[in-house]
Amino acid sequence: MAELVVERPIARPRPARSDPPILRIAGVNKRFVTAGGEIEALRAVNLEIGRGEFVCLIGPSGCGKSTLLRMIAGFETPSEGEVLMNGARVTGPGPDRGMVFQDYGLFPWLTVRRNIGFGPAARGIPKTQVAEIVARFVAMIGLDRFADAYPHQLSGGMKQRVAIARVLANDAAVILMDEPFGALDAMTRERLQSELLTLWEATGLTVLFVTHAIEEAIILADRVIVMSPGPGRITEDVRIDLTRPRDVVSAEFNEMRAHVSALLQGSH
Amino acid sequence: MAALTLRRMAPSSGLAVVFPAALLFLWWLATHNHPDGLIPPPDLIVRELADTAGFIGNNDEFSGSLWNNLLASASRVYGGFLLSAALALPLGLLIGQLQIVRRMLDAMLQVLRPIPVTAWQPLFLILFGLGSRSATMLVALGCFYPILLNTIFGVRSVEPRLFEAAAMLGISRASLFPKVVLPSASPGIFTGLRLGLGFAWVVIVVGEISGVRVGLGAMIENAREVSRTDVVIAGMIVIGLAGYLSDQAIRALSRRVLRWSPQHG
Repeated sequence: MAELVVERPIARPRPARSDPPILRIAGVNKRFVTAGGEIEALRAVNLEIGRGEFVCLIGPSGCGKSTLLRMIAGFETPSEGEVLMNGARVTGPGPDRGMVFQDYGLFPWLTVRRNIGFGPAARGIPKTQVAEIVARFVAMIGLDRFADAYPHQLSGGMKQRVAIARVLANDAAVILMDEPFGALDAMTRERLQSELLTLWEATGLTVLFVTHAIEEAIILADRVIVMSPGPGRITEDVRIDLTRPRDVVSAEFNEMRAHVSALLQGSH
Repeated sequence: MAALTLRRMAPSSGLAVVFPAALLFLWWLATHNHPDGLIPPPDLIVRELADTAGFIGNNDEFSGSLWNNLLASASRVYGGFLLSAALALPLGLLIGQLQIVRRMLDAMLQVLRPIPVTAWQPLFLILFGLGSRSATMLVALGCFYPILLNTIFGVRSVEPRLFEAAAMLGISRASLFPKVVLPSASPGIFTGLRLGLGFAWVVIVVGEISGVRVGLGAMIENAREVSRTDVVIAGMIVIGLAGYLSDQAIRALSRRVLRWSPQHG
């Protein structure tokens, strides 16, 4: 399989403390009305994400982590409270917040090239410029040989690379990832994790990543937000200060894993 | 590669031939001693086919008439099919996309749909006259529901995830239909076209049995009136082959257009 190529891996400037957050979730409650009655999906959620941060949301199913992500994407609206992106209220989906779905969500009738060019073309960028952008991102995810293949001809890992390239090609400032590697085998998953980190370090993107795998969260994140169900809420905001690439067998890593694991155990 | 494909195809096409060959043999066994019986033997049918195609020249009223009949039927089939598609496709897209149109038309279509084309035929003869036009319209009606219903189904079954993906990539409301709905619905649309065209070859015979002089249906009906069962069966075989070729053509087209789809490509 192809390797990720990033031309100039530059040191990513850490956001200064005083920088305004790129995302702010303020007093958000979310209730769903279902046939069986009302479900309280999220209660009193407050969260700030700094520009360039890599934040993982973790918790058991039913803790509202995906709902929170979908609310930031603009697919759901809060029952109370608000989601602010760069200080402006989120009212619907938009290209500044790119979403990567677990089931890829690629357009099956478009080639890799045209899937990646979909956003730029939809936003009215001229054709020649779209072609340039597409060529750059196809090369970045190392899929040159598959540029004219259709999604059903790709492996899961390749599809997810295309899904990531598609939001990056569209100039997303924040990428929202909903258990993006959950359907992949362990080896592909590990490779994509490291590719994602390389990409993040090179671009200064802000990443919000939903997972239920503790190890994945600690490998990737600057901060792990621990959530618990019934009603969904944030129980802990854990800062991970280990240097990258993180050594999963180190004592510090295991300490962190035990800590997050204990938080999750206690949250039931 | 070619050898491999051939070898893989051989057993299955062998099976495909064995069963009809056995049936043919039984047919021959039962009829070959009574060439003037009610059912003629298969070799006589083959000879009659060649005669209607103009290859022998028995000089009866059916000799050499096949091509004109086939051409007349094919033009009605395709005329009716295209007319039907021109109406059913846009209507299906509208019904699938707009709830108000769906509410307005759904009940009416549900009531009209079970009425068979044979029941419409007398009314069509009054409306469109005795002749070719009625047959074409009957074909159009026969194609209409398969195309309409499958188009509606195609539009209604777009993966919701794709709407989300398009929305987060910044697509405008106006582009959603051509960029997401239409390509998503295209497999359903092709299924409808294929079913419709298949049905057109069924309906054409009903349409041509009264009021037209040329056409495969007319040929069969004329042969029945003069007890030429060999011509009746020859006509049936030609209809079967024409329908089959027609279906192969539309399948080839759909494989091309839907090459992105693992079910079609």
